[in-house]
This record gives sequence, structure tokens and C-alpha cells, in this order.
Amino acid sequence: MAALVLALLTTAMALVLLRALLGPTVPDRILASNAFGTLTVLWLAAYAATFQAEDVIDIAMIYALASFVVTVAVLKYVEHGDLGAAPDDVPPAEPRGGRQ
Amino acid sequence: MTLFADIALLAFLIAAAIAILRKRDLFTIAMLSGVYGLLSAAVFVALDAPDVAMTEAAVGAGTSTVLMLATLHFVGREAMPPRKRPLLALIVTVAVGSALVYGVSDLPLFGDPKAPAHGDVARHYLERTGEEIGIPNVVTAVLASYRGFDTLGETAVILTAGIGVLALLGMLPRRQRREVGAEPAPHRDHTILRVVAKMLLPLLLMFACYVQAHGELSPGGGFQAGVVFATAFLLYALVFGTRRARAIVPEAWLERGMAGGLLVYGSVGVVTLLRGGAFLDYDVLAADPTVGQHVGIIAIELGVGATVASVLIAVFFAFADVDPA
Amino acid sequence: MTDVLATVGYGLAIAGAVVSVIAASGMLRLPDVFTRMHAAGVVDSLGAALVLVGLAIAGGFGTASARLLMILAFLWITTPTACHALAKIARAKGLMPPEREQQETGP
Repeated sequence: MAALVLALLTTAMALVLLRALLGPTVPDRILASNAFGTLTVLWLAAYAATFQAEDVIDIAMIYALASFVVTVAVLKYVEHGDLGAAPDDVPPAEPRGGRQ
Repeated sequence: MTLFADIALLAFLIAAAIAILRKRDLFTIAMLSGVYGLLSAAVFVALDAPDVAMTEAAVGAGTSTVLMLATLHFVGREAMPPRKRPLLALIVTVAVGSALVYGVSDLPLFGDPKAPAHGDVARHYLERTGEEIGIPNVVTAVLASYRGFDTLGETAVILTAGIGVLALLGMLPRRQRREVGAEPAPHRDHTILRVVAKMLLPLLLMFACYVQAHGELSPGGGFQAGVVFATAFLLYALVFGTRRARAIVPEAWLERGMAGGLLVYGSVGVVTLLRGGAFLDYDVLAADPTVGQHVGIIAIELGVGATVASVLIAVFFAFADVDPA
Repeated sequence: MTDVLATVGYGLAIAGAVVSVIAASGMLRLPDVFTRMHAAGVVDSLGAALVLVGLAIAGGFGTASARLLMILAFLWITTPTACHALAKIARAKGLMPPEREQQETGP
């Protein structure tokens, strides 16, 4: 039965990955990557249940943490372009491109 | 069932890889490479390698994506267009690739009992870990004790990478770039994000300590713990700015941490020499050899964790504070 | 007793997986980024809750279930925060929700 959960989650991952590859705007892709990360955490938990491997749950935990940090970094990049800026630095008027 | 999961994961990997090849927007590529790292971690889980999966999830899907985004600030967002068709590169790649594939075809099949990976040495490790070292996680036993010298080399490699980055980029503090008199717009104030990040920091640090201490019993250990520890400081730097993060973790501490971790590791080896054993032979560290193994493994894992965490934080500061002007 | 727990648990988990598939297809079919955020939010809150609570129940009481519930608490705190920050930034970059089409009101 846990295998069914695994299969359904894999299908959901495929759909969300499609949106990440297609999504015309940048927030679309960020949203899809974030959802893909959450689905993978659920997938790892279902994998642990299917194969009775408790240690995989730790991996799911680490990935949930890493996914949040990556999302914060991505949002900071989209807003400031500069990952080290303090929150009271005024962000640039247009998206930063740096040198081409 | 496993077959379906394996095929699906590998198909996703291929899709992500093709997308990385075709896109020219480096930001999308950075995000897709984070997805690729995550899928690799899932593949490692499917291949029954949880330690590697944990490291890949923390590093490949987490920290390295953040470092790539930090680079985009001073590199620019568009990939440079190829200047001419690289025919020579294509020929070399195809030739070397074919030679490698031909070589791989000679390797033993996956799970072949006569393969060298399943030979005497592996059997010794699997059978004797319980009595000689006394910990359930054979991977940590091999990494930290049986092959401790290799791990010393790996830690030295991590330190060298950190030194290389610092030599190239330096850890200079950033210039003040705030415009005089400009008021931040009200919706720039991410209160919720700040509060949530502050709540998470102690949890992240505690989880790092859990992974470090639990390395003997479940997948984990110094490398993974060091990465999670560094991730906590990365989160703080991302939400509050590197100026405040550097006030908390000054460069001097990072440099001492980087070198100190490796020093602790090597010192354990010297102590074992002084006590009459071979280099990194933990049996001589205590009256009972198994206790000695525990002491040795805990000590070197701390050293590894310290070096990994310090290198990652230092590299992030170096990348994030590069002046793009 | 364990059979009842396992059935209830896996039932919840399967429901959660189905919800996630529906939300994922919503992410593909909905027309613009703000509506897709609704779909993604469903995965993060309801889908995760059903799957993780279901698996925790099916696994019985122990450290594995405790860790699954901790992961759920963590996801509940972080993913809506990330979604909120993303919506703020999408608005700041100028993306607008789609205009409602004016309906012809009958006589």
C-alpha cells in the first residue's frame, strides 16, 4: 500500500517538474521547484515506509531544511540580485544583470 | 515497484539535464541544478546508500545552489553565446566518452558476487565491524576507522578548496552600497521571513549536532553535520545580510576553524603514535580497544565537522561579498 | 489493532498522495502564477499533512513517527512563508493577477 503512495507521488513530481521546465515567468519556476522539493520530502517518507528504512527519514528532514534555505536564497536573488545585502539596503530598480 | 521508481527518477534526471543544457538563463540553470542534485539524492536512496544521499541532499541540492546564486550577482545572468561551432571539442568528447563506455562494459555486473567490491576486504569490514569497532553503521566504521587515512586526505582536500577560494576572492568586507536618503519601500520589509528564520536557527543547529552525534548509529557523521551547521549560518546571512553575519562569525574564527578541524584529526593520529600504536590506530586510545575506537571516531568526526562548516561559511562570505563593479 | 492503524494510516497517506496529484495537475492547468500558488499551497499544507500523518499512524508510535511529525511541523512553518515571500516579490516585479472578464448582466 505504501508503494501506491510512492507511485502517486512520483506522478505528481512529474507534473510539477513539467511546470518547472515550461513555466514562462521566473516565479512560476520558483514555485514549481519549491513544490517539487516538498513532494520529494514526501516521496522520501513514503520510500521509508515502503522499504521499512527508518534512516531515510533523516534524509527527508535534511532536504526539507535545505529546500527552505535554497528558496530563501532564490527569493533574495530575485529581489536584490545580491545575496549578501542587508534587509535595509535599497534593492536596485531593475533586475540586476551584472556584467554580460 | 522499485523498477518504476528507478525509471521515473532517471527519466526526471535526464529531463533536468537536457533542460540545463538547452537554457541560456543562468538563474534557471542554477535552480534546475538544485533539482538535479535533489534527484541524485533520491537515486542514491533508491540504490540503498543513505549516507551519500544525505550528503548529496545537503550539499548538492542545498548549499551549492546557494553558492551558484551568489556567483550570478557578479557574473551576469545570461550565458555567453558560443562563438563558433566547437567541432574539435565534440570530437575529443565523443572519442574519450566511447573509450570510457568501452572500458565500463568490462566491469562486473551490478551485484556480481565475484566483483572486487564484494571480495575479502568488504567481507572483513562487514563481519568484523561489530566486534572490532562496536558501532552499527558500517559506513562510518569504514570511513572513520578502517580507512581513516583516506578521510584525513579528504578533509585536507576540503581545506585546500577553502584556501583556494580565499586566495582567489579574499574575504574582504563589503562596501556600503546604500544610497543616501533613499527610503526602503514598505513592502520590502519581510517581517514574516525574518521571524521564521530566527525561529529556525536553533533548530537547525540542534539538528546539526544530532547528525554529528548520531553518525555512528544511523546515516550521518561529520561531513553532513558540518554542512547542516553551515546552512544555519547561511540562512542567517541570507535573511539579515552578511555584515551582521560576519559580526557573529568573524573571519578569524573561520580560518581557525578550517585549519583547526584538520589539526584535530591529525593530532588524534599523533596521539595514537605516542601511545604506541600505528598512525590513527584508535585501539590504543583507551584501555578497552572498542572504547578507544569510539573515542577516536568521535574526535575525528568533530574535526571533520569543524573544517567542513568553516570552509562552507567562509566560501559563502567570499562569494556573497564580491564587489561586482 | 495494528491492522486498523495500518489501514487508517495508509488510507490517509493515499488520500494525501491523490490530493498532491490533483494539486500538481492544477499547477499545470491554471492560467497564471498567482492561481498556481494556490495549487502549490495545497501540496505544501494539505498534501503533506495527510501523507505524513498517515505514514506516522501506519508506523505505530515510535521515533520514526515522531520524526515524521517533526518534518510536518517544519514544512508547515516554512513553505507558507516561502510562498508568501514569493507572492510579495512577484507583485513587486509587476506581475498582476488576471483581470476578471466583465460579465454581461441580464436585463
